[in-house]
Amino acid sequence: MKPKPTGAKSAQPFKSMRDIEQVIGLEVHVQLKTESKIFCACPTRFGAEPNQNTCPICLGLPGSLPVLNALALDLAIKTGLALNCEISARIKFDRKNYFYPDLPKAYQISQYDMPVARNGHLTVEVSETGQALREKKIRITRAHLEEDAGKLLHEGIKDASWVDYNRAGVPLLEIVSEPDLRSSQEAFHYLAGLKSILQYLDVSNCNMEEGSIRCDANVSVRPKGDSKLGTKVEIKNMNSFRGVQRALDYEFKRQTGMLERGERIEQETRLWNEAKGETQGMRSKEYAHDYRYFPEPDLVPFSVSQKKISELKASLPELPRARIRRFLTDYGLSEYDAYVLVSDKSLGDYFEACVKEKANPKLASNWIQSELLGELNSRGLALSESKVPAQNLAGLIRLIENGTVSGKIAKEILPLMFETGSAAEMIVKEKGLIQMSDSKLLEELADRVIKAHPKPAHDVKTGKREALGFLVGQMMKETKGKANPKLINEILVRKLSS
Amino acid sequence: MPQKINIDQVAELARLNLKSGERAKLAADLERILTYVDQLQGINTDHVTPTSHTLALENVFRPDAVVPSKIRDAVLQHAPKSEGAYFKVPKVIGDVS
Amino acid sequence: MTELFRLTLKEALGFVSGNRSKRDQLIQELTDRVKTVDQKVNAYIHFDPERFNRDQEVPASGPLYGIPISIKDNLTTAGWETTCASRILKGFVPPYDATVIGKLRAAGAVLFGKCNMDEFAFGSSCETSCFFPTRNPWNLECVPGGSSGGSAAAVACDEAIAALGSDTGGSIRQPASFCGVVGLKPTYGRVSRYGLIAFGSSLDQVGPITKTVEDSAILLGAIAGHDPLDSTSAREPVPDYTAFLNRGVNGMKIGIPKEYFAKGLDPEVESAVRNVIRDLKKLGAACVEVSLPHSQYAVAVYYIVAVAEASSNLGRFDGVQYGERYPARDLREMYFETRDRGFGNEAKRRILLGTFVLSHGYYDAYYLKGLKVRTLIKKDFDDAFKNVDLIIGPTSPTPAFKLGEKMDDPLAMYLSDLYTIPANLAGLPAISIPAGFSKSGLPIGVQFIARPFEESTLFQASSAYEAETNWRKKRPAL
Repeated sequence: MKPKPTGAKSAQPFKSMRDIEQVIGLEVHVQLKTESKIFCACPTRFGAEPNQNTCPICLGLPGSLPVLNALALDLAIKTGLALNCEISARIKFDRKNYFYPDLPKAYQISQYDMPVARNGHLTVEVSETGQALREKKIRITRAHLEEDAGKLLHEGIKDASWVDYNRAGVPLLEIVSEPDLRSSQEAFHYLAGLKSILQYLDVSNCNMEEGSIRCDANVSVRPKGDSKLGTKVEIKNMNSFRGVQRALDYEFKRQTGMLERGERIEQETRLWNEAKGETQGMRSKEYAHDYRYFPEPDLVPFSVSQKKISELKASLPELPRARIRRFLTDYGLSEYDAYVLVSDKSLGDYFEACVKEKANPKLASNWIQSELLGELNSRGLALSESKVPAQNLAGLIRLIENGTVSGKIAKEILPLMFETGSAAEMIVKEKGLIQMSDSKLLEELADRVIKAHPKPAHDVKTGKREALGFLVGQMMKETKGKANPKLINEILVRKLSS
Repeated sequence: MPQKINIDQVAELARLNLKSGERAKLAADLERILTYVDQLQGINTDHVTPTSHTLALENVFRPDAVVPSKIRDAVLQHAPKSEGAYFKVPKVIGDVS
Repeated sequence: MTELFRLTLKEALGFVSGNRSKRDQLIQELTDRVKTVDQKVNAYIHFDPERFNRDQEVPASGPLYGIPISIKDNLTTAGWETTCASRILKGFVPPYDATVIGKLRAAGAVLFGKCNMDEFAFGSSCETSCFFPTRNPWNLECVPGGSSGGSAAAVACDEAIAALGSDTGGSIRQPASFCGVVGLKPTYGRVSRYGLIAFGSSLDQVGPITKTVEDSAILLGAIAGHDPLDSTSAREPVPDYTAFLNRGVNGMKIGIPKEYFAKGLDPEVESAVRNVIRDLKKLGAACVEVSLPHSQYAVAVYYIVAVAEASSNLGRFDGVQYGERYPARDLREMYFETRDRGFGNEAKRRILLGTFVLSHGYYDAYYLKGLKVRTLIKKDFDDAFKNVDLIIGPTSPTPAFKLGEKMDDPLAMYLSDLYTIPANLAGLPAISIPAGFSKSGLPIGVQFIARPFEESTLFQASSAYEAETNWRKKRPAL
C-alpha cells in the first residue's frame, strides 16, 4: 500500500523509537464451555464431521428462531465477576449485520449497548525470571455474549471455498480491554492472566489450536507522555499468544518507522501473516462495514437479579491471584515460583497434590518446574498425559528428603518413572539405587580415596577447601553416585582436619 | 431537491446490484416514502422509551442440553453447490490486498 | 347434499367424523374444485394433495382429523418446497416443519396446498408474487388483497376449507375483507412463529383465514400455545375459544376510534361499518367514541420498523445454502447478482429502505424515532382499553382495487393498510369479518381489535354479529 503524503499535523519530529510508546487494547473471543450451542441444541463438540453439528437454527434456515442457552449466560456472568466487572441488571441482544459466507443469517447475534458485564479490570502479574512480580491493572471495558461463525476452508481447493457450519452458534464471550497495555510483553501477560482465570473458572477449554481463545488487537503509537491516542490500527488473524506478541512487535516497528519517515498512519484493519511474520493491509473498500446494529426482535430482554449475581459469585472458585498469595504464605514459595505454578491451573493442582502427599513444598516446586516440566517437554506430553501422578513425584521427593536417594540419583529415577509409570520406591528397590549411608563402608572408602589422591588430600588439610569437591566426586564415582553426599562430606572433613 | 438517500451506497450495503433500468425508479420511490415517513419528526418523543417488543416477556432460556438434528444431508442435497459434506462458494480470496 | 367443498371447517369435521374414506372423498371433491376453479383465481402455488397425502403420515384420529388446510407459502413444510413466492427461494426444501404445521399434522389435518402471496409478504395485493397474481373470486379484475391473498381467495371460492395466513401489517385481515371471509391476527406471541419465514419479526403472527367465526375459533385453538422454540411465544393458557361463540354482546363496551373514520375512508365502507355498529347496539352493546391520536402515524412507523427488520431478515438469502444462486464467478457477484435477480421490486424497495433506516447516521432519526412513536401508538390502545372491551373500525379504507392500480405507487399501496397496521405495532389481536358488499358487489370487512390475549372477546362479538347477518349466503360466481 502506498502511503499517503504526510499531513502537516502528523509530521511529528520523532527522534527514535525510544521516545515512542505502543498503546494496545485487546479484544479476546472466548468459546464458552457448554454442551450445546448458544441458541440451539446442536453439540459444540470440536472435531465432528463437517456440518454434522448443525440444525435449522444454527444454519439460519428461513423460519428458524434462537433461544438462549441458560448456561452460556451463567458462564458469561461468572467470567464478568471474576474480571471485577459490574454485571448489567438488564441485558439485551442485538443483530450485527454483514455478509460473509461463514455467517449463515448475514447477521451475528451479539450485544451492542447492553452487554453482560462492564467496567472491570484484570490485574496482570508481569513476571521476569528471578524477579519479583510487577502488578499492572488492565481495565476491562466490557464482556458480551455472541454466537461464533462457521469456518471457511481454502487451502488446496481450486476456485472455490468450502463452508463448515459446525462452529456457527458456539457461544462466545468477547472481552474487550481498555487501551491500557503498553508493550507486546504486557499484552502477552494479559492474555496469559486471562487464560489462567478462564481455566480456574472452568468456563472455557482455552484451547488455542481449536480456536477456543482468539484475539484481535487495536494498536497505536504515540510519544511517551502524550495522553492523546494515535491512529488506531486493528490487527486480526493472530492464532497464538506468541503470534500476538510477534504481530504487536512487528506493528510497533512498522508504525514507528512510518512516524520516523513522517508518514501518516491510516486507520485500517490489518491481518497477521504468521508465515511471513508481517501484518498486511486489507482491501478496505469491500470491508467498509456499517453493521446496522439493532435490537434482536427474536430474543426477549434478560434481567439478572442481585440474588442470581450473589449465587454465581458464591460459586466462584479460588482465582489465581488469591492462590498465589496463599502459596506465598502457606508454602513459603517465592513470588516467581508461585506465579509459575499458579498460572497453569493444572500445574498448581499438581503441586498441591504433591504437598498433600507430604512432599516438601519448596522441593516440590523446584522439582515440578525444572525436572517434571523438562521431562514433559522433551517427551512432548501435556501434564494431563504424564505417567507420573502427583503422589509418585511426592514419593520421590520424600526419598530425597529422608536421604534414601541423592538428588542426583533422583534425577535418574524420574525418567524411569516416566517410562514405567512405577512409583519411585519401586524403582529404587528394583535397581538397587538406595543411597549408601553405611558409615563404616564409607569410612573405609574415604581412607582409600585419600590414600590414592595425596595431593588434593594435602590441599584440604592445608586449608584449600576447594579440593574437597574433587575427593567427594571420587567417592561418588566409586559408589556410582549412591553415596550419601552429606555423609561423605562429613567423613572427609573429619578425616582431613585431624 | 436534496436527496434523502444515497441509493448506491445503500444498495452496496444491502448487496443489491441495481440495474440502470430500476435504479432511478427505486430511488424516486424511496425519496417519496421517506418524505412521508418524515412526518414523524414533528412528534415530540422526549422521555418516550422505544418499543422493540410488545410483550413484556423476559428471561426466556433453554437448558444446555444437546438434541442432535440430523438435517445435514437433506440440506446439502438441496444446496446450490456442495462438495462432500461442505457447502461450496466461489473462492473467498485471501482478505489481504 | 351440498357440495363437499362448500363445507365450513366445522361442517367438514361433522362430515368426516374420523372416517378415512369420507376424508378421502372430501379431499377428492376439494381437489376437483381446485382443478376447475384455480385456473381463474390462481390461489395456489404448490398444489399436489396426492403427494401431500402420500408423503405425510396422517394420524388415524385427532381434533382436525381429515380436514384439509391450505397453507400460505411462507410457512415451512418439511420436504415441501417453500418459496415465499420469491424467485430467490425457488428450490428451497425446508428440512423441518413450522410449529403450526406440526400442530396441524398432529391434530390429523391434511396439508392441502401452498397458497400464493406477495413476495415475502411484501404487499397488499398479491401482485408481487414471483409466480403470478392471484385474483379476487368476486371480481377477477380485482386483487384479492395481500399478502395472504392466495389463502383468502382460496377460502372465499371454496378452493379450501380453511387456510393459514400471516399478518405483519394486515396481511390476513385486509385480504379477508377483500374476499369476504374471516381473518384473524392473534395477539403477538399467541401463535408460534417458528417456521414462519420472517418479514417483520416483532410484528409477524400466523393466523386462520376461514369461512366463519366458529371455524376461526376452532383453527386458532389448534395452532395457538406456547412453543419453547420461539422466545417470543407467550405462556398464557389457551382457552376453548368455541366456548365464547354464543355469548352475545349484551353489556359489552365497544369503542369507535374517531380517527378511523377520517378522510380517505370510502363512503360505502364507512356506511357498512356504521351499520355493524348499529346492529351491535341493537344486540345490547354500548358503543362509545374513543381516540387513538397516534394511529395516523402507524403507516410511517411501520415502514421504518417492519422494513428495518425485513432488511436484516432477508440478508440470509444469498445463495450460499439454499435457493437459487446466480452462477457467479466470484463471491461479490454471487451476493450481488443472486440477490438482485432473486428479489422482486417491492422486496428491493423494502430491503433498501430498511438498510437505510438502520445505517450509520440515520438510526436515531428513523429507526429509534419509529420505535418511540410505536410506544405512543401502543399507549393510545392501552388508554382506550381502560374504558372499552373492544375497538371497532373498518379493515381497509376501500373494497378490493383493480389489478395494477397501485403497483406503480408504493405509497398508495402502503396506505391501504392504514387501519390494520396499528394492531400489529401494538401486538393486539384483531379480526376482520364480512360486513356487507359494495354496490359493485365487492365484499367489505369490519375489524374488531381487543386487548392482548382476548381473542375470546373478538370471537364473542364477531360471532354475535355474524349470526345476525346473511353475508355468507352469497358466494362468488365462478
